Amino acid sequence: MDYAHSDPAAERPPAGGSVAGNGGSAGDGGRPLPIAIKVLVAGGFGAGKTTLVGSVSEIRPLRTEELLTERGVDVDDTSGVETKTTTTVAMDFGRITIADDLVLYLFGTPGQDRFWFVWDELALGALGAVVLADTRRLAACFPSVDYFEQRGTPFIVAVNCFDDARRYRTGEVQNALDLDPGVPVLLCDARRRESGKEVLIALVEHVMAASRRRRDMTGSPSF
Amino acid sequence: MMAMPHEDSAEDIWLDDDAGPVVRPYAMTRGRTRPASGQFDLISLIVATRNVPPAVAMGLGPEHVAILSLCRGPLSVAEVAAHLDLPLGIVRVMLGDLLDKGLIVVREPQLAEEMPTEQIFQAVINGLRAL
Repeated sequence: MDYAHSDPAAERPPAGGSVAGNGGSAGDGGRPLPIAIKVLVAGGFGAGKTTLVGSVSEIRPLRTEELLTERGVDVDDTSGVETKTTTTVAMDFGRITIADDLVLYLFGTPGQDRFWFVWDELALGALGAVVLADTRRLAACFPSVDYFEQRGTPFIVAVNCFDDARRYRTGEVQNALDLDPGVPVLLCDARRRESGKEVLIALVEHVMAASRRRRDMTGSPSF
Repeated sequence: MMAMPHEDSAEDIWLDDDAGPVVRPYAMTRGRTRPASGQFDLISLIVATRNVPPAVAMGLGPEHVAILSLCRGPLSVAEVAAHLDLPLGIVRVMLGDLLDKGLIVVREPQLAEEMPTEQIFQAVINGLRAL
């Protein structure tokens, strides 16, 4: 509990400019609240999720926790209190202020397979996802790929090039993961900010192209 | 002494040292696990309204006051929870109290069905390039 001395809202002034429209409720001083957008960073344990979040975030990555007992436990029923079990699911996240009315949040997904319900909450309303792959343990990112494919969440695969890992071509990774040919695969270094930026830009471009195709199919206007 | 009971019971897998205190946070919400009002997605943005009437302020706990002080500018639910070092569920209950009392304003995120416009996509890309 060290909030007394921090003022996170004032850490960085917004870059300026208005892009997101005026749809929010009036907040402080009548100014509309910004639009928040969520991007997920998934992948196996040790693939560099928090490193990627940290390299592009304007704030030091924060950690938020959900208590597993929050689901399915009625606290009015005290009979089972002694045997109640609990665990916490931690999510690391960062923030990028795009404009004074548009904020991007990056959430690293918890790695453990038993926390799928947290994934569902995270994926709800997410713009898209980056699946980080480590070629030394490629299978570790299979569950993430499966999850986003089944859910229909747009995603790209970023191969985090660890120093001691053999370099593969993106086509080889694409084949090894049996990805749909439309899913972009790119190489990155999650420690480098420039590289992390490229990954995020590639994701947003991919989502934008997919959204355009969907609009064209349904015949609705693109703006 | 006898061996410790339940030494390798299934509970140990779920309750480890990282689990931290369990009872205290729920005591803060007086046992409530759901907010009185509001959804409070992880990226719902919260901002405190000005002018807390003294009579209202007296009914608030220290955590409520801490939230109001954090949210002088817009902050996401996830950030509030992280800065207070409290589990999300607890923070959602407290935010519900504050919403009920009209002390905060909330902006829920867009749903996936109403995906951002081209304008927003382009702004995100330009914003990332400018980082």
